[in-house]
Amino acid sequence: MSKVRVGTTSLGGCFGCHMSFLDMDERIVGLMEHVEFTRSPINDIKHCEPCDIGLIEGALCNADNVHVLKEFRENCKIIIAVGACAINGGVPAMRNHFSLQECLEEAFLDEIGVDNPHIPNNKELPLLLSKVHPIHEVVKVDYYLPGCPPPADAFVKVLTDLLEGKEPSLPKEMLHYD
Amino acid sequence: MNNNADKIIKIDGVDVPFKDGQTIMDAALAADIYIPHLCHKPGLSPHGSCKLCTVDVNGRPASSCTMPASEGQEIANNTPALNEVRKSITQMLFIEGNHLCPSCEKTGDCTLQAIGYHLGMLDGHFPQFYPRREVDASHGSLVLDRDRCIMCELCVRASRECDGKNVFTISGRGTNRHLIVNSDSGKLVDSDIELEDMAAHICPVGAILIKDHGYEVPIGRRTFDIHSVAETDLDDVILTKVRHHDE
Amino acid sequence: MNQQHSDHLLHLLHAHQRQHHFISDQAMIDIASRLKLPRAQVEAVTEFYSFFSRKPRGRFDILFSNCTSCGDAVLMQELCDRLGIKAGETRHDGVVSITDTSCIGMCDHGVSALINDRPLHSIDSNKISQIAALVEAEKPLDAWPTEWFEIDNHIQRTDLLLSTPFEAGSALKVMRDESIDETLEKIRYSDLRGRGGAGFSTAQKWKFCRETEEETRYVICNADEGEPGTFKDRLLLTSHANTVFEGMAVCARIINAKQGYIYLRAEYRYLLDSLEATLAARRKDGLLGNAILGIEGFDFDIAIVVGAGAYICGEESALIESLEEKCGNPRIRPPFPVISGYLGKPTVVNNVETLAAAAGIVLHGERWFRGAGTWQSRGTKILSISGDCCKAGIYEYPFGVTINDILNDCGAERTQAVQIGGPSGTLIDASHFDHCIAFEDLATGGSFMIFDDSRDLLQVIRNFTHFFAHESCGFCTPCRVGTTLMKNGMDKVCSGHGTAHDLDELKSTAALVSRRSHCGLGITAPNPIRDGLKNFPELFEQRLLHQKMEPEFNLDASLEEARQLTQRDDAEAHL
Repeated sequence: MSKVRVGTTSLGGCFGCHMSFLDMDERIVGLMEHVEFTRSPINDIKHCEPCDIGLIEGALCNADNVHVLKEFRENCKIIIAVGACAINGGVPAMRNHFSLQECLEEAFLDEIGVDNPHIPNNKELPLLLSKVHPIHEVVKVDYYLPGCPPPADAFVKVLTDLLEGKEPSLPKEMLHYD
Repeated sequence: MNNNADKIIKIDGVDVPFKDGQTIMDAALAADIYIPHLCHKPGLSPHGSCKLCTVDVNGRPASSCTMPASEGQEIANNTPALNEVRKSITQMLFIEGNHLCPSCEKTGDCTLQAIGYHLGMLDGHFPQFYPRREVDASHGSLVLDRDRCIMCELCVRASRECDGKNVFTISGRGTNRHLIVNSDSGKLVDSDIELEDMAAHICPVGAILIKDHGYEVPIGRRTFDIHSVAETDLDDVILTKVRHHDE
Repeated sequence: MNQQHSDHLLHLLHAHQRQHHFISDQAMIDIASRLKLPRAQVEAVTEFYSFFSRKPRGRFDILFSNCTSCGDAVLMQELCDRLGIKAGETRHDGVVSITDTSCIGMCDHGVSALINDRPLHSIDSNKISQIAALVEAEKPLDAWPTEWFEIDNHIQRTDLLLSTPFEAGSALKVMRDESIDETLEKIRYSDLRGRGGAGFSTAQKWKFCRETEEETRYVICNADEGEPGTFKDRLLLTSHANTVFEGMAVCARIINAKQGYIYLRAEYRYLLDSLEATLAARRKDGLLGNAILGIEGFDFDIAIVVGAGAYICGEESALIESLEEKCGNPRIRPPFPVISGYLGKPTVVNNVETLAAAAGIVLHGERWFRGAGTWQSRGTKILSISGDCCKAGIYEYPFGVTINDILNDCGAERTQAVQIGGPSGTLIDASHFDHCIAFEDLATGGSFMIFDDSRDLLQVIRNFTHFFAHESCGFCTPCRVGTTLMKNGMDKVCSGHGTAHDLDELKSTAALVSRRSHCGLGITAPNPIRDGLKNFPELFEQRLLHQKMEPEFNLDASLEEARQLTQRDDAEAHL
C-alpha cells in the first residue's frame, strides 16, 4: 500500500505548531511507516505536489501566504487548519487593532533606532493584507486542530484517525485554545 | 407537607422539583443539572442575553435563566441539536470580539473558553469581525479590555446589585454595543470602583482584569485545566480563585 | 402633570442637538446632573438612538431615507457629490451633513429625506440640484418652497374607520351612560385585535391590566410606526387624532389609568405641534384633565414623548424602557407590560389604529365593527401601500381582502412580489396573490410594498437585512451577531461572490436567529432571507458562483492599503 502523502507549511505563524508536531518524538518513526512528507519545512521541499493531507499553520498576513494557501488547497484532498493563528488569526491578528499604515510607520519610520527610515517596497517582498485573516476565510478547511500550539498528542490523534479512515476527533483533554 | 415540594418539571426526561418563583435554570442548578450559561450568576438578577441557556420547553424555545419553571414543562436541554445551537452562539461570541486566547491573561480561567471546550468547539466558523475597541488602562489596579467583552453585563449587575454602585453600563446599539464607565471622564480611574468590589472580579472573560496578576498559575493547574464548566458548583471555585489573586 | 415633558432625557438631548448640532461630553455631564441620572446612562442613550450624534452634524442635517419605497441611494449619492461630502460625514465648514436613515414613513411621496426634522419629499435629480443650491446659499428652511414640505395623505380607499366622521367626546359621552363592564364587554364582543400585527385581543389585554392589584396604571399609544413601508399612523395622527386620543381615554377609564403617553417616532416630530394643539383643545373641552365630562374620578391626561430613531422602540417593552429615559432594550417577558410596564406599573400598550378602532366601537357599537372582516379577523385594516403601483397611499379594507384585489385597486402591474407587513412580515410571490389580509392568513401591521418585475429582488432583500442589522439593539447574541452575519452574507451573494456554501450558511444563521433571539426583531429579522429562498430560489441561484468556496473578503482590495503605502502596482502587488 502506498503511503499517505502529507504536506505542511507555516504561513504567518511562529513555527511553534511544527515544533509541537516534532514533539511526538519517536512516534514519528511509526508515523513515517504510513506517511511521507511532500512540501514541508521539515524536508525543505518548496512546492506542494498533489497529496492527501495538508497541515496549515499560521494566519494569512500577506500575499505570499495567500498563494501558498491556495497551492495547498489545490493539491490537498484534506486541509487541516493547525493552531490558533490559522483558526482565528491568533497573535498576528493583534495587529488588526491598528491600521496597516500605523503598523508600518511604527516599525519602519518611528521606532527608536531606525536607520534610513522608509517603508520597504522591494518587489521581492510580499505585500501585507490590510488585516490578518484566518485561513477558512479564503479556502475551504476540512478539519481544525486548535491550540497554541496543539499538543503533539493531538497531531498523533488526528493523523491516526485519518489514517484509520475515521472522522478525526479530539478528546477533551487535548482540546484547548492556548 | 408543603404543596410546593411536589411541583415537578422534566428536564431531558428527568423529574426536577421546583419551588414557585424559581426559573428553569434555578431548578436545574439545584438538581445539579448543567445548562450552559454565560450571563447568568445565581444571586444576580437574571438577564437572558447570552442565549446559551436556550432550551426547548414543550417544543418552544426559551431562555432557562429567565423562564419561570411551571408544572407540565417538558424541557429539552442536553440534546445534540441544542448543543449545536449553543456552539454556534459561542462561535458568534468569539468572532464578534477579539478573543485571541494565547495572548489573554484570562486563558485557562475563562468561562467563554471553557464553554467552547465543553461544546467541542474547534473553530470560529464565521468570518471574524475584528472590531476595534478601546482599552482603558487608566486604573491603578484594574484594566478594561473591551476586545474581550461579551456584553453579558455581569459586571453591570454586580456593581448595582452587590456593590451598591453603578460603575458600568452598556452603550450603543447592535454590533456597536460596548461597555462604558460611569465617571465624568468615562475612565475607570475616575469611577468609584474598588478592588474589593464584586464587579472587579466577576468578568467571565478577560475584559476586566486585575493588573499585575497575569499568568500566575501554571498551565495544567488553571481552573479549566482541572475543572469542567459543567460542574454546577463552579461559581465559588472561580470567584475564590480570582479573588485570591489580589491577596 | 408635565404635559410638555420637556425634562425627558430624549427631549433634552434633542433640544441640545438641535441647537449645537451634537451632544458634547460636557453636555452629557450637564444633562445627567440636571436630571439626576448617571452620566453613563446619558451617554448610553445618546449612542443608542441614531438621531443623536456625539460628533457635530451640519447646520443642515439631512437624513436620507434608505427604504425601498421612500429612499434612493443613487439620489443620496448625487446630493453628496453636489455638496462635496461623503454620506455619514459632516462638511468641514459645518454647513451640511448627510446620513442615510431607516424608512421615514413617506413611502407614498416618492424619495424623501428629513432635513432638520422636516420631511422633504418627491426628490428627483432636478430637486437635488435645487436643494444643493439652497444649502450652499444657507437659506433657512422657511424660505424654501413651501410645497416641498406639504404632505398629502393620499387616501385612496376608506371604510369603517376613515369614512365615519368622529366628533371629539362622542365616544366618551356614550361611555358615560354605560358601566365600565358594559363598555369592556362591547370591546370584547367586537373581537377587536391589536392592529400592530400580532393580533392580541384588545379586551383581554385591558381586562388583564384592570384586574391587577396596583393602584397606578398607564395607557400608552404606540406611535413608533417604524416598520418600513408603513405610514398609516401618520394619517391617523394628522386627521384622526381626536379618535386616537378618545380611544386612549376609553382605555384609561376601563383600566383606571390617570396618565397616558403617546410615544411618537422621531421621524414624525413635525406632527408634534398639531397633536399638542388637539390635546390642548381636549383639555379645554373637558375631555382631558380632572373629572372628564363631569364623571367623578375620571381623571386622565396625555403627554407626548418623542423617540430618537430606533425601530426597536416599536416593541412594547423597549418602548417602555425608552419612555423611562433608557436605551430601548426589550425586557424579559414574562412579566408582560399589563402586569409590570411603565415604572413597573400595569400598562396597556396599543397601536394607534387599535385605539382609534376602540373609540369607534364604543361610539357605534360592536356590530358596526363585527360586521366587517372575517370570522377570525373582525373589522377593517388600514394599509399603507407603496412601491411599484400607480396609486400609492392609504387603503382601508375589510379584513379578508385578497392581494389580487388590492393590486388591482392600486394599479399594480407585472407584480413580481409583495412584502406584506414590512421586512419583518412576509415576502410573497404571485402564487400567493389569492391569499388575503387577515390574522389567520397574511397578518400585517399595515405595510404593503409592491415590487414589479423590473426590480432586483435580491437587492430588496439585501436592503432589509441591512435594516435589521442597523436596528438590532444588540442585547442578545443571536440577533446582535446574526443580523450582521446575514447582512454580510447578502452583500456577498448580491455582489456575485456567493456560492452554494454561502446560501447554506445564510439558511442556518437565519434559522438560529429566528428561533433563539430575545424579541420579535430577531425572530422576524431573517424573514426576508427565508421567504426569498423559499419563494424565489432561482433568483439566488442565478447569482451564485459554481465553485466550492469564494473568499469572505476581496483579496485584491485587501492589498490596496499596502500598494498605497509602498507605491507599488506590479503584478506581484495584486491578488
